[in-house]
Amino acid sequence: MERKLKIKSLLDLDSLDRDGITHILDTAAGMKEINERAIKKVPTLKGRTQINLFFEPSTRTRTSFEIAGKRLSADVLNFSPSSSSLTKGETTIDTVKNLEAMAPDIIVVRHKSAGAAEMISRHTPVPVINAGDGAHAHPTQGLLDLFAVRDRLGKIEGLNVTIVGDIANSRVARSNIIGFSTMGAKVTVCGPPPLIPAGMDALGVRVSHNLDEAIEGADVVMMLRIQLERGAGGRFPSSREYSVRYGLNARRAEKMKPGAVIMHPGPINRGVEISPEVADGDRSIILYQVEVGVAVRMALLYLLCGGGDEVTA
Amino acid sequence: MKLLLKGGRVIDPAAGLDEPREVLIDGDKIQTLLPPGGRAEGAEVIEVSGCWVVPGLIDMHVHLREPGEEYKETVATGAAEAAAGGFTAVACMANTRPVNDNASVTDYILEKARAAGKARVYPVGAVSKGLLGEGLAEMGELVDHGCVALSDDGHPVASAALMRCALEYCLALGVPILSHPEEKSLSEGGSMNEGEWSTRLGLRPIPAAAEEVMVARDILLAELTGGKLHLQHLSTAGSVRLVREAKARGIKITAETCPHYFTLTDAAVKGYDPNFKMNPPLRSVADREAVIAGLADGTLDAIASDHAPHSPVEKDVEFDLAANGIVGLATILPLSLRLVEEGKITPARLVELLSVNPARILGVAGGSLRPGSLADVTVIDPAAEWTVDKAKFLSKSRNTPFDGWKVRGRAKMALVGGKAV
Repeated sequence: MERKLKIKSLLDLDSLDRDGITHILDTAAGMKEINERAIKKVPTLKGRTQINLFFEPSTRTRTSFEIAGKRLSADVLNFSPSSSSLTKGETTIDTVKNLEAMAPDIIVVRHKSAGAAEMISRHTPVPVINAGDGAHAHPTQGLLDLFAVRDRLGKIEGLNVTIVGDIANSRVARSNIIGFSTMGAKVTVCGPPPLIPAGMDALGVRVSHNLDEAIEGADVVMMLRIQLERGAGGRFPSSREYSVRYGLNARRAEKMKPGAVIMHPGPINRGVEISPEVADGDRSIILYQVEVGVAVRMALLYLLCGGGDEVTA
Repeated sequence: MKLLLKGGRVIDPAAGLDEPREVLIDGDKIQTLLPPGGRAEGAEVIEVSGCWVVPGLIDMHVHLREPGEEYKETVATGAAEAAAGGFTAVACMANTRPVNDNASVTDYILEKARAAGKARVYPVGAVSKGLLGEGLAEMGELVDHGCVALSDDGHPVASAALMRCALEYCLALGVPILSHPEEKSLSEGGSMNEGEWSTRLGLRPIPAAAEEVMVARDILLAELTGGKLHLQHLSTAGSVRLVREAKARGIKITAETCPHYFTLTDAAVKGYDPNFKMNPPLRSVADREAVIAGLADGTLDAIASDHAPHSPVEKDVEFDLAANGIVGLATILPLSLRLVEEGKITPARLVELLSVNPARILGVAGGSLRPGSLADVTVIDPAAEWTVDKAKFLSKSRNTPFDGWKVRGRAKMALVGGKAV
């Protein structure tokens, strides 16, 4: 198996073609087996140092990366500047240069500014994995979503994928639009017009403002959280009205195509964009996304920082 | 002391002239224009064959950062960069620290400019005290001390009532209000133009309408008051259309754009280099084309650099956290010359945009080489090929997106009051 990707850092999904994505997903499939064993640890990244540099709070993604690194035997450090680097007087670049001086092998970055991961990667020779930069990209989420869909539905090409909600503020939506389109799926976004950003047609994406219509014929329905912290709240009248018009409830879920799945990158707001019975229902693969996220991140750590001889030893 | 600029092509649209002429300067005045081969007894001869000899270029929109942010620029370094770039005069905006909203700051800037002895520096005073958009600054005193215009540039005058009042008050002062048209409630938090690229890059978008809403408002207020309104750094097709329509209706307004708006588009933000961040932001391909059309058809009156020096402290950070603005004095002329090269505008039109109209709008000397005029003269070698090298800038700042660009045409000489600077 080829161990390296042709990229130094994973900053977004625009920089990967279909072969690159497939290679990552195939590698992740091997990693998933490790996670299913009683002893979930291999020595692949023994002696390597992984720094999770999270400028923005995160529980799920940071934990997933930490577990992924530990299962590969990397030494994992979490570094979360308590406030923004600017208020502390140190720039992000200085923070990264300081960490670089301690010779890490890979840096996983979460930052509230779009483009921050790219800026960091430009300033350090250390490989960088973007764990979410502002509203720009969340490539590991996109890849784990692709993995979950491929695994559950057997393919990606030709599927109809509908992404619903706060598209404007969502890095997950952007990475999934790029990822699913690259893999040959047809993407529709749905939400109230103020939450749909400009230029969707240029990205080859269909836009709908009617959820009933948008989920009809969809193989995958991905619900997104309303990002109140990014000012989305002012763009529609109320959570109540939003939930009536754009929430996925049992009545709507019943009308979905047989075999269609429901996804959510989390954290979910029960009763707003998704009703509890749907989140916990048969179509939901929400927790499966979380599960395979670890395998996908193991694959990326392995592919970007290089490993030992045997991936699945 | 007499000086003869010999062998050049004189382009003086204010006099309707575009012919080979020898320019004879006596002291700080243009004495006469002689036919080719004409001689002048006792004059020092400067050979300028192959060059254009034009009225001194005037950049009506720069930020010189002094007082208060001398680590970015000073009046002296900015005026030196202007002169090196072929500009015999600049108008500097009021957003210094402290703000140029009182005569002592105006005096200070003028004193620094005199000491520098480079390009002329015309201070622009604030419209509102502290640029806060609340009460009017003492505009009369600012003008008495040498401010040639008033502007809250960097900030819009959000209150329509205050803008109305400023336009009316200035009728008595005879100076224009330079308006930074931006509706903040539409642009707040944004860092690039709204469109495909803002979506791809995940950067908070600024719609074209954030500019156009305010352009429309200001045009209506100019119509209401009859005040002298000049619209700054227009960047969108909609703004160009609004100005064109207003002029067609006979409303006396003027407008400028900047080289980046007719040279670059928002696609350049890919890569998140903060040297492509300014306010208003780089716009779409269609906007860029509309701006060029506006320059060609007379809708837009002036090209200004919006020279906005920043240090790495403000620029080597995340794109959305970076300060707005780029330096422009070193590149405004060659970038404008590209329009001539591409056949979009004539050389005479270029001189109107960079000299004649700025002089007229600001009501300052210059803009013509007619005998008796002030001898502010720029000599341009339109064929000189060179590469922009930010390390060679005279400005204290290096925040340019044009570093490494191969360009054609540069200033060979700038004369201010008959003296090479």
